Amino acid sequence: MITVGIDSGSQSTKAVVIRDGEIIGKSKTLTEFDATKAAREAYESALKDAGVDEKEVAAISATGAGRLLAEIASSVVNEVSAAARGTHAAVPETELLIDIGAETCRAIRIQEDGGIRNYEINDKCASGAGTFIESMARTLEITTEEMGPASLRHTKDLPMNAQCVVFAESEVISLIHRQEKIEDIAYGVHVGIANRISSLVRRVGITDNITMTGGPARNEGLVDCLSKELGRPVRAAEDPEYVTAYGAALYAAEAATKQ
Amino acid sequence: MKAHYGYEDGSGSYYITVNTEYCATCDGKPCTDACVQGIFAREEDDFDDEIVVVREDARNSLKSICAACKPQIGGSRSLPCEVSCKQGMIAHSW
Amino acid sequence: MESGIKQVDYWRWSESRWTNPEISDWKGGLVTAGIDIGSTSTQAVIFVDGKMYAYSSIRTGSNSPDSALNAVKWAMDGTGMTQDDLNFTVGTGYGRVNVPFADKTITEISCHARGANYLYGPTVRTILDMGGQDCKAIHCDEKGSVTAFMMNDKCAAGTGRGMEVIANLLSVHVEDIGDMSFQIDEEPPPVSSICVIFAKSEATNLMRRGWSKEKVLAAYCHAMAFRVVKLLEREGVEEDFAITGGIAKNKGVVKRIESLLGIKALEANFDTQLAGAVGGAIFAKEFFEKAARKREGK
Repeated sequence: MITVGIDSGSQSTKAVVIRDGEIIGKSKTLTEFDATKAAREAYESALKDAGVDEKEVAAISATGAGRLLAEIASSVVNEVSAAARGTHAAVPETELLIDIGAETCRAIRIQEDGGIRNYEINDKCASGAGTFIESMARTLEITTEEMGPASLRHTKDLPMNAQCVVFAESEVISLIHRQEKIEDIAYGVHVGIANRISSLVRRVGITDNITMTGGPARNEGLVDCLSKELGRPVRAAEDPEYVTAYGAALYAAEAATKQ
Repeated sequence: MKAHYGYEDGSGSYYITVNTEYCATCDGKPCTDACVQGIFAREEDDFDDEIVVVREDARNSLKSICAACKPQIGGSRSLPCEVSCKQGMIAHSW
Repeated sequence: MESGIKQVDYWRWSESRWTNPEISDWKGGLVTAGIDIGSTSTQAVIFVDGKMYAYSSIRTGSNSPDSALNAVKWAMDGTGMTQDDLNFTVGTGYGRVNVPFADKTITEISCHARGANYLYGPTVRTILDMGGQDCKAIHCDEKGSVTAFMMNDKCAAGTGRGMEVIANLLSVHVEDIGDMSFQIDEEPPPVSSICVIFAKSEATNLMRRGWSKEKVLAAYCHAMAFRVVKLLEREGVEEDFAITGGIAKNKGVVKRIESLLGIKALEANFDTQLAGAVGGAIFAKEFFEKAARKREGK
């Protein structure tokens, strides 16, 4: 059976096509200002990637902030359940999931059977979300992708005081004026955000087997800082931004089987 | 003077209130030792009285610093700092 | 989207200076000064025998000691006064440790309360100060001594900086926001995001949906008022109530705060950004007199 999961995020929309639990196609597109259109686009190009026809799709499930706008979906699932489901399938030993999106940060404790034990979300402040790193990259005039490698090359500890994105932009500018190196500033940025993420994580309880998902999990500098902050190794899931959409696709398969 | 140290961000409001009315006459200032995270400090105010303040570098991280004393939601509410002030002049807002 | 480095000056308030026409000769008087170095603007206020004689308000440059010096020089411009004539100087504000010629530094909280007491009169009990990078609520007694305060400087929402981000986004001069925010048919609901970054995306979204700049500004001023009122509610608002700082000049926020609280703020016939520096100049006079009494052995 073929099913599709669509994760409609505030910044990008991801679609994953699965056949009997295995990923056979995926696609990502910018959400911009039309989540409905983005869902449709991501869906179509994921099908193309998988090489399957629309008629073969048994069910489509949508998740993410814009899930209700994804009109092509036959069902919806909340992002915490989808993220946990996808992670449990992709990295079964995960006990603690840290899922970071452009505008959210979630810490989810997962039970052995894949069920959710407890979770915490911050979606009200950008200081612990992906946007924070993007803003700082823009201020440093480098790409978001360059932030991680730059941070890993740091040579000194450069503490940042500002936590708010708006204030941190000004602080980064003054650090640039002070001739501080981009690598050290990038590291300071990651230490700061890792500290804020870990305060959320502490509220659900720190365990072993920590997995990170969401686009920022591709940032090795952030993963490194987070591991240090939590005192445990943190592993980034493979194709981290697709894990939640994968979880939604698994839900779609389950729903279709029940019918 | 009731000094509210802390902040409010999208996730909630996190203030520690220190009423400094009795600070000048309080011997030993036990609150400064009671906090395991050491967030309280002695300081001379604008009128040369020694009072207790929340350290400047801690003020904007209270939610994460104080998490050590309130690990689980719904857990015990007897915080070491609140208990240490015999006059009951220290209070957490969350 | 702006890079953060190249900023258009939409958000800057104009600089200004003033000399009291009622004081013809300052020579022989007790000259004291208060310098308030804020994150975005610096004020220097000069008092002669306890009366306001001159002031200046300039942008804070990247070098705080220079800003302090420039502000005091400009305030003295045309008066014949020089720095040597200052009997006592108090530095206050976020950059207070950077006033090289200050005889003493005092926290902005104490200075604000004292300054508001002078500027608005002794009936002031609650002062809301909205600066460039922070927002403070101060309670004081009839002498202008602080009885309680709270402050938020972690998050840009509810600060001048937050308003600047929106002004920049909409390419609107910060001085025009107040008036523009009332050019609407009916009051829109406030912008729902607290975080300035999220509010920015929300504002962009609203513009795409066809909202006018005026309507978006109204929604943002409304949200800001909401947030500030929440801070005030921690200690309650005792009248008389005054609003100081840069945002006090933005009627769009002030009127909305008043309507949420159901309380009218005192009218100011002076630049409300001066309160901190005025308090500094008054403290300077008190400290000078105290030291003089000590020298005289009583």
